[in-house]
Amino acid sequence: MKADLAALAYLVSGVLFILALRGLSSPVTSRAGNNRGMLGMAIAVVTTLWVANVVDQLTWGMIVVGIGIGGLIGAIIARRIAMTQMPQLVAAFHSLVGLAAVLVAGAALYSPSAYGIGSEGAIHTQSLIEMSLGLAIGAITFAGSLIAFAKLNGNMSGAPIILPARHLLNLLIFAAIVALIVFFVMHQPYWAFWTIAGLSFVFGITMIIPIGGADMPVVISMLNSYSGWAAAGIGFTLENTALIITGALVGSSGAILSYIMCKGMNRSFISVILGGFGGEVAVAGKAETRPVKQGSADDAAFIMKNAGSVIIVPGYGMAVAQAQHAVREMADKLKKEGVKVSYAIHPVAGRMPGHMNVLLAEANVPYDEVFELEDINSAFAQTDVAYVIGANDVTNPAAKSNPQSPIFGMPVLDVEKAKTVLFVKRGMGSGYAGIENELFYRDNTMMLFGDAKKMTEEIVKALG
Amino acid sequence: MEAIDPIVFRFSIFVLAIFVGYYVVWSVTPALHTPLMSVTNAISSVIVVGALIAVSVAVGSSVESSATSWISKGLGFFALILASVNIFGGFLVTSRMLAMYRKKEKK
Repeated sequence: MKADLAALAYLVSGVLFILALRGLSSPVTSRAGNNRGMLGMAIAVVTTLWVANVVDQLTWGMIVVGIGIGGLIGAIIARRIAMTQMPQLVAAFHSLVGLAAVLVAGAALYSPSAYGIGSEGAIHTQSLIEMSLGLAIGAITFAGSLIAFAKLNGNMSGAPIILPARHLLNLLIFAAIVALIVFFVMHQPYWAFWTIAGLSFVFGITMIIPIGGADMPVVISMLNSYSGWAAAGIGFTLENTALIITGALVGSSGAILSYIMCKGMNRSFISVILGGFGGEVAVAGKAETRPVKQGSADDAAFIMKNAGSVIIVPGYGMAVAQAQHAVREMADKLKKEGVKVSYAIHPVAGRMPGHMNVLLAEANVPYDEVFELEDINSAFAQTDVAYVIGANDVTNPAAKSNPQSPIFGMPVLDVEKAKTVLFVKRGMGSGYAGIENELFYRDNTMMLFGDAKKMTEEIVKALG
Repeated sequence: MEAIDPIVFRFSIFVLAIFVGYYVVWSVTPALHTPLMSVTNAISSVIVVGALIAVSVAVGSSVESSATSWISKGLGFFALILASVNIFGGFLVTSRMLAMYRKKEKK
């Protein structure tokens, strides 16, 4: 009876989680949705405590202290993290879920009767398979997410690290993991379990290190997906509906985001995962000394003040320079002058899906001025000024015109159709893809060299 | 007719949940993709259920030796801390982000 009621309670949790995701269809419903998610989690925790029937004080102490320590750390991080650090925070959080899955699988191995999956040394075959999957995927998620964190946080270079014979190496490790899982399911020795964990950990590392820093949006989405599948694996082991439902939701969510990111770069998922792209500026010999039109903050302010409409195109550079507040101030001044201001977001601008939107929201930019590529691309032709700040490859027309270009086929923002294009960059360096951008040399383009934040602040001053 | 193994029902729920996830996530507006990532991370910490069961393993009374019971309790304790960081951190940071989204004020 207790088990039945608990199962129904877990179902309620799962439904609340579904509603939490559904709330994200619009900012208006999103906050209520998030609250439902929290309620679902609370129900799951309370139900588990009810079923576990804990009597001794030491265990209660461990539970309270565990939740207390974790909760405190989580709350402090949530309050203090800067929005520009969201990509690395998400990566770090994924690693925690992965590790938690490994530890819970371990706990199930050492106390199977507590989980109802058999007895020590005699765990049900089905449970062993489920446990192995949760374990392996959890360890891969943990290690891979740590590497992603390091690359995003600057602890590790964003350049791909290519090991010799890396495809063969990965294949061997993968084969070893599969073989060990089969062996473990047949004979259940502890050493096999922990070796699977160790090898999966290594595999997570070798899988992520060859992937370049700006492909991280895909990587984080992929690891998001994996953390879901790991949770589902544990969910099957524990026969817990809330975990199974949640694992499926998170798994599909991550997979969909990965797909959207790959489409936004026009690269296949496989090519991103195999790595090796980007990081080096491979253009040798061609020292491009064609002249570019350069301008100052005063020039830019004058042009924009007298424009009818301006579209701002933010990119990773704006995030790095923390220029989003200055950009909004500039937009406010322009709006006072009667200029129509909107923002164009490319799906892979930044280092994670929706990154630019969060930064702009943080800077108090109203979200109905912010548009996705598909919705705003046709507006460039009627726009006077495109203000490109910290973005490069996402505006490169070679993606449309040059079949030899590595970015050919990638959807880009049609900034060249605007009457004037202003590029805010630190120098003439190329973007992530390591290629030239023809736009810099056009007549209607003016380069504004300098730090994104400083340049924008100077423009704000010049607008008076 | 023979009884159906419960795993089949669990698998059915899993499959249906994948479809639900597919349709629900496609309806998320791109502007909220970052909160989507942080909230999916928070809900995946429902693995805390497994951690709580682990910590609650009764020492001595069950069939296993007390040594392995303590190992499970220990692993569970660490998993509980990790999951709690994610739960509180994930939901709170999502909350913080969602509060930032504002429409143009109607003057």
